[in-house]
Amino acid sequence: MHLAYPAVLSALLFCTGLYGVLARRNAILVLMSVELMLNAVNLNLVAFDVWLSKAAEETLHSGQALTLFTIAIAAAEIGIGLAIVLAVYRNRGTSDIDKLRDTAEGHEPDGPDTDAPATGPAAEKAEATA
Amino acid sequence: MTTTTLAVLVPLLPFLGAAAGLLLGRTAPGFVRPLAVLPTLASLVLAALVAARQGGGRAVDAATELTPTGSVPIELALHIDGFAALVAVLVGVVATCVQIYSTGYLRDDPRYPSYAALVSLFTSAMLLVVYSGDLMVLLVGWEIMGICSYFLVGHYWETPEARAASLKAFLVTKLGDVPFLIGLFALATDAGSFRITKVLGAVASGALDHPTLIALLLLAGVAGKSAQFPLHTWLPDAMAGPTPVSALIHAATMVAAGVYFIARLLPLFEASQAAMAVLAVMAAVTMVGSALAALAQDDIKRVLAYSTIGQLGYMTGALAAGDRGAAVFHLLTHGAFKALLFLAAGVIIHAAGTNSLAAMSRMRNLRDRVPDAYWTMTVALLALAAIPPFSGFFSKESVLGAAEHAATGHTEHAPGAAGWTVLVAGLLTAVLTAAYAMRLWLLAFRGRGAEAPDHGRQPVAMNAALWVLAIPSLALGGLAFRLLPDWFDGGDLAPTLTTSVLGTGVALVGGIVTYAAWRHTTALAARVPLGAVAAHPEGDAALVEAEAIASHKPAYGDVAYAPDPSDPGRLLLGPLHRHAAVGFHLDAVYTALFVRPVRAGASLVRFLDREVVDTYVRGAGTLPRWLGAAVRRAQTGNVQTYVSALLAGTVVLAVAVVLVATGA
Repeated sequence: MHLAYPAVLSALLFCTGLYGVLARRNAILVLMSVELMLNAVNLNLVAFDVWLSKAAEETLHSGQALTLFTIAIAAAEIGIGLAIVLAVYRNRGTSDIDKLRDTAEGHEPDGPDTDAPATGPAAEKAEATA
Repeated sequence: MTTTTLAVLVPLLPFLGAAAGLLLGRTAPGFVRPLAVLPTLASLVLAALVAARQGGGRAVDAATELTPTGSVPIELALHIDGFAALVAVLVGVVATCVQIYSTGYLRDDPRYPSYAALVSLFTSAMLLVVYSGDLMVLLVGWEIMGICSYFLVGHYWETPEARAASLKAFLVTKLGDVPFLIGLFALATDAGSFRITKVLGAVASGALDHPTLIALLLLAGVAGKSAQFPLHTWLPDAMAGPTPVSALIHAATMVAAGVYFIARLLPLFEASQAAMAVLAVMAAVTMVGSALAALAQDDIKRVLAYSTIGQLGYMTGALAAGDRGAAVFHLLTHGAFKALLFLAAGVIIHAAGTNSLAAMSRMRNLRDRVPDAYWTMTVALLALAAIPPFSGFFSKESVLGAAEHAATGHTEHAPGAAGWTVLVAGLLTAVLTAAYAMRLWLLAFRGRGAEAPDHGRQPVAMNAALWVLAIPSLALGGLAFRLLPDWFDGGDLAPTLTTSVLGTGVALVGGIVTYAAWRHTTALAARVPLGAVAAHPEGDAALVEAEAIASHKPAYGDVAYAPDPSDPGRLLLGPLHRHAAVGFHLDAVYTALFVRPVRAGASLVRFLDREVVDTYVRGAGTLPRWLGAAVRRAQTGNVQTYVSALLAGTVVLAVAVVLVATGA
């Protein structure tokens, strides 16, 4: 199989993930998009490893080994990420990324669409972290 | 043990005692008193052994260089001649008496451990000064004494007087120490060594390029340490410290260090006629001025403080007349009787509950309350007034004799004018000394009025120290004037007929005139009631004294002065009394000359710093602050915006790298 197929596929996957990370509002979907990007990288690693090992006399298949590492780390990362999202949802009643703006300069209200009860705990949390 | 080992142990033992006292003071209070008294006593015994072995013969010299220090080497050196051996014994005697006395005087004082340790450190520093054969090592002891006097004078730091006095003592002596240090450097540069023996060798061979400059610079440090005019003002104020500290500072250490230093390096001063003339004028002004001021003081300890300044004036006078034997002789006898005077004054202040002579003159039978202090103080006052056969007579006559020698041109290096100055001032001071000694005695012990309060017997430790010191005050002069020339330079110290008759005569005149004035004024005492006594007369002596000092100003309007018409000093001094009571306004002059300009300078600097420099700093901060505010607006809190910016940046960088790599 020519190298172009997996490379193009992984580029498409990566762009899809990137779009998800930048544009989705739900934190869980953002995490899923991050997984897409990671898997695009994994695909690249495996494809290029195979392509390089064809030319080499002997090889350690380091690309494939690295892929295993990436999968393991991605599993751990998604576990922590989902736990954070769960905790945020329990505290705030929402996992909408647009509304999680505690780090904004000057602790301004989140915007015109924010309702009054949501600002209360946010402001308190900001004070606690300050 | 060799003499050198013994001599090294003499300053070392009190130092170790001080270190142990400071470390163990809180954890083992039972050891504090032995740790205070025993090392000092041991070093007294060792100093006596060293003196016995040295025996006035050849000077013991020993030196070791710890490490190379650059151009002029600094060595740990000993130089023990007859002067050093005898002065060390005096320091040991007085320090031991003061330590024993303090165990009674500060019986209930919560800060006694640190006090005793500092007194030990002070003693050790003085012994270092006495034995040191290297000027830099001497300076170490000199400065340790300065900082110890700061702590000890400020022992009652709860009172503002003590805080101000300790700062003043420190700053005024440091004012002299800066030229002193420069003088030492100049001397070492000229002589090529800090060793006293080599310096004296260089002086003898005429190798010094600037003897006058060096002598005058060193003289400034000596004037500060030995409380000579015009740097004497710290000493009367230092009376705010506990009485044993006054005894230690005024008798054997600190003030004696300056005189002793000149005595060691006298050939250096003799190399410059100008320095000897300055020394003579300084001594004369100090003697007469301090004696007049002593006659007007109301605080019993301030009378003694001014008397110390005057007696140190005698010593510097003897040095100006080129006779260091007479100077150190007077240093020894004065050390004994002045320590006794101060310690007895402490007992009297405790018994009377006041430090004011005006209040004491309105107490009947004070002398029966403190018979030990009465008798020993009488002995010491007779010695101070130089009445034969007390010790002060012989030493003062040797000073006057030396001045007469110089005046008649029999002394090689001293100018005749210096001799005349010292002789005339010395005789004038002898009158005044007898007068203020008589006044002190009459006011303190011959009071009339209400019965003196009875607080029971004084502690044995305090009375014992008094009697120990009474022996040398009584007999040291008469026994020693024949023996001492063997220890010193060999000059005759026996009193000559002319000066003896003159000196004793004027002293008697001074005493009798004061007695007559007292008979005249004492009737007035009953009409003007005066007298404030301490609030806690049952407390230990240190507490009574601290309260007496603190209450003097509220009660009488000034620390040094009481509006008492029955004071014979007021009648004798006439219109001069007002000025003498405040030390001839020297403090006011210093305030106008130094304190006010410094304060004005400080407020100017404060203005420049707050209003000018800070304005520039704030102005420089404004632009970055605005920029920061602008940049902070990008901080929206939306994570996706940040990632988008990151992506955009990455793309830009990637494109740039590709463009550079392809060479476009």
